[in-house]
Amino acid sequence: MRELATELAIVGAGPAGLAAAEIALRHGMPVCLIDDNPAPGGQIWRGGQAGAAMAGHPKLRLLTATRVVAAPAPNCLLLESADGASQLSYHRLLLANGARERLLPFPGWTLPGVTGAGGLQALVKSGLDVRGKKVIIAGSGPLLLATALSLKAAGAQVIQLAEQASLASVSRFALHLWHWPGKLTQALMLGWQLQQVPYAMNTHVRAALGNDRLQAVRLRRGDEEIELACDWLAVGYGLLPNLELARALGCKTHHGVVEVDHVMRTSRRDVFAAGELTGIGGVDKAQLEGRIAGLLIIGEYDRAVALAKRRRRWLRFAAALEQHFSLQPAIAQLASADTVVCRCEDVRFGRLAKCGSWREAKLHTRCGMGPCQGRLCGAACETLFGWQNAGSRPPVFPARLDTLAGNPSTAEVT
Amino acid sequence: MTLIHIKINGESVTVAAHSSVAAALAGRPNRLSVGETAPRAAFCGMGVCFECRVTIDGQSQQRACQVLVREGMEILCDA
Amino acid sequence: MNRHCEVLIIGAGIVGCALAESLARNGLAVTILEAGVIGGGCTAAGMGHLVALDGSPAEWALSLAGVQRWQVRAHALPAAAEYRECGTLWLASSAAEMNEAERKAALYTNYGVSCQLLTAEALYQHEPELAPGLAGGLLVQDEAVMYPPAACQWLLERAQAMGAQLLRGRAQRLEQDGVRLEDGRCLRARQIVVAAGNQSRQLLPELPLQPRKGQLVITERYPGKIHHQLVELGYLQSAHGNAGESVAFNVQPRATGQLLIGSSRQFADTGLADEIDWPLLQKMLARAFHYLPGLRSLQAIRTWAGFRPATPDKLPLLGPLAGHPGVWLATGHEGLGVTTALSSAELLSSLMIGLPPSIDPRPFDPNRFSNANTPICPHALEDALT
Ligand SMILES: Cc1cc2nc3c(=O)[nH]c(=O)nc-3n(C[C@H](O)[C@H](O)[C@H](O)COP(=O)(O)OP(=O)(O)OC[C@H]3O[C@@H](n4cnc5c(N)ncnc54)[C@H](O)[C@@H]3O)c2cc1C
Ligand SMILES: Cc1cc2nc3c(=O)[nH]c(=O)nc-3n(C[C@H](O)[C@H](O)[C@H](O)COP(=O)(O)OP(=O)(O)OC[C@H]3O[C@@H](n4cnc5c(N)ncnc54)[C@H](O)[C@@H]3O)c2cc1C
Ligand code: FES
Repeated sequence: MRELATELAIVGAGPAGLAAAEIALRHGMPVCLIDDNPAPGGQIWRGGQAGAAMAGHPKLRLLTATRVVAAPAPNCLLLESADGASQLSYHRLLLANGARERLLPFPGWTLPGVTGAGGLQALVKSGLDVRGKKVIIAGSGPLLLATALSLKAAGAQVIQLAEQASLASVSRFALHLWHWPGKLTQALMLGWQLQQVPYAMNTHVRAALGNDRLQAVRLRRGDEEIELACDWLAVGYGLLPNLELARALGCKTHHGVVEVDHVMRTSRRDVFAAGELTGIGGVDKAQLEGRIAGLLIIGEYDRAVALAKRRRRWLRFAAALEQHFSLQPAIAQLASADTVVCRCEDVRFGRLAKCGSWREAKLHTRCGMGPCQGRLCGAACETLFGWQNAGSRPPVFPARLDTLAGNPSTAEVT
Repeated sequence: MTLIHIKINGESVTVAAHSSVAAALAGRPNRLSVGETAPRAAFCGMGVCFECRVTIDGQSQQRACQVLVREGMEILCDA
Repeated sequence: MNRHCEVLIIGAGIVGCALAESLARNGLAVTILEAGVIGGGCTAAGMGHLVALDGSPAEWALSLAGVQRWQVRAHALPAAAEYRECGTLWLASSAAEMNEAERKAALYTNYGVSCQLLTAEALYQHEPELAPGLAGGLLVQDEAVMYPPAACQWLLERAQAMGAQLLRGRAQRLEQDGVRLEDGRCLRARQIVVAAGNQSRQLLPELPLQPRKGQLVITERYPGKIHHQLVELGYLQSAHGNAGESVAFNVQPRATGQLLIGSSRQFADTGLADEIDWPLLQKMLARAFHYLPGLRSLQAIRTWAGFRPATPDKLPLLGPLAGHPGVWLATGHEGLGVTTALSSAELLSSLMIGLPPSIDPRPFDPNRFSNANTPICPHALEDALT
């Protein structure tokens, strides 16, 4: 096991983490930037050239395809990558490890060919060939539009975009966009580029059909149901912060986000959080928060506070996003008794419906006991049954036993 | 576009360099579900769901969506 | 609300549920009170190895009877209980430990339990993944592993089918012939059994109980990697010693193909905080790698900690509590409560009903630590085994 040490550890090389890293590096502070993905960029700039300007900076240690698996001691993280484990000690820690999609069960959702919405976008960004393929994109939120655009650009034929929120709700959101001019331009651009794609509101996926692979999708729009044949179905219901690591560090969370003060300090000394972790608000909010945290960490308190004033508008944006794309009750009722809810352990809805809490479900059905550790089914059960799932036990991600066993040998210092 | 050669279940496949293993699998089932042995494939695309687990160069339980293809890589699927 | 019942059991862990079933089978009107999830206490934290241990004659009697009672009922258990007769393989790493294995073998044989001494060669045929250099082992074929929360739920359902009632709520204090619940309700009962595991002390602070923390790690599914529950012969020292901290090699093949890796023991002054103690976890893993080097590259998906309800002599408290008329205890099962749930239930229900118990109850007398006249363990000295 390698032993590393750094001044500032940043988990997540998305917009938030990169913005903070840039400020710290410019100040001359040693930074260790860690990301599970093979390249920096986070979810949005996946597979792109993000962070290229910083690459090779003498004070930067960039650890890609590396995940934080535990926090075994104060100011210490346990990391794992294909070439082994390391233990990183730090003075300050910025959590910028972003969000995942809310993925909810419906009949047929385990068929190959069905993916998350951002999931299909991510697969395409990492090289999946969709040229000429028929794709349906469904779920909720602006990410559906971004996904549609990526897929079109990659040569797919997006035959239907389905948003579960009502037209009124989406229009009201659009109407408010002038508060955030950047977002308005983005939306207009998207609208223009997607003008040939049928975009239906108040519409959701009832079922994915097929035997061993997806063949068609049944959509429900108001009272009518239609079936469309397709090659891929991408469904996602917005984003959820990745709270496991923050919880493992003992940071307070509230309503599903990491609690931070105006300058991105968490409840734990020397631990900061920025980006989607503190509330789903998109790339501009993430970058801004990354900069605020970066400034504070290099000791520029006044500049951090000054910048923090701009955060309020993005918090309003985050709130508007949540309000206008909130889920219709029908979405929580799509699963039938034999729909698999826990994909790792194959636990079906019917068995879960007999349980009274997340813990009971876990102990008596194995729901959430597989390798994803409830990342998907825990969030799904929260939507379906209202169960809270605050627990998280190490490791944050499954890890090799010899990683957990530790035994630092060689020492290296950044 | 640089192409590289990998093997999926012993079969030679040519894919673009910098693709992830999940992208190279292109939606083909990579594992069987625990209880009912139904085919499964990459789902979340971002390392969260663990549906895309395959054996890569002898190492089992690797998430295909988080690993880039390498020349000569051998991938084994259970399905 | 007032409710009357003959016996009120506080705690639906595996011990309380087994007792409820036993009493209900004897025709008593039983109510079982649970504050949380059925089998969600210590019962959900343990390994579920059904194993006879011979730390003392009393422990041997209770655990052997426990293993045998589970064997008899195995066919009736639901699939979710994952009962699997994988056998226990005790590992000897030296000639001295091999002597210990031979001594154990004689004991098993004496009691009609089938077992097999293994030479080093035979050992590696049984478990090729073991590290080289071991001296041999002892295979106890009929012992099993189980998933305790499901077995617990099953016992409760059996009890309910025979008329037992489940009540949800938390007992706050014992009163004259009844129990006061946290929500203000009062339950009247002629007999009250405290089977609340470690939390029994919240009701009876004077009980000689101390939580003994244990940590476990579970892996992804690797079916066929190992075939038996593997335990080092030094385990008993870890379990029965009073060292502040100890680890022993103890790895179990789950019915799912997962490996469950134990085990550690520590008297935590942190109360019931179940955070992982990393240095101790790492010591435990190092011990596991020493015996099974192939574990290193396997994926761990989860670690957790639980608290064994421990008494000073590691034997449970089973019987009437002096000074509290009508109050009985069924707690203090340390690291063997799953194994001994059925035998403990039989012993205690015999005492409660006034039938002669099939196991000598005196070593389990809850008052043995305060009452100078009762020897701690009547036969302990004759054939003490460690
Ligand atoms: C799939 C997806 C697609 C999106 N597409 C668009 C789009 O096209 N347009 C748009 O405007 N917005 C998009 N968004 C929203 C946008 O990504 C976010 O607003 C922005 O990326 C947030 O930045 P961030 O820095 O908070 O987190 P992220 O960009 O999510 O970065 C977090 C990083 O942390 C890593 N990580 C997480 N846990 C660990 C760990 N334990 N150890 C190591 N690394 C870890 C992740 O792999 C990830 O790279 C998308 C979001 C998602 C989830
Ligand atoms: C790491 C570890 C490994 C183990 N491995 C094994 C093994 O391999 N084999 C084996 O046989 N044993 C093993 N054990 C031991 C075994 O798990 C315990 O001895 C057994 O589960 C104890 O059961 P119980 O019913 O007494 O306690 P619990 O399961 O704790 O049950 C007590 C119940 O009472 C309830 N309760 C508490 N207070 C109140 C109240 N005031 N009102 C209402 N309800 C209340 C609780 O919610 C709980 O459900 C292990 C234990 C640990 C920690
Ligand atoms: S597709 Fe979900 S982890 Fe790879």
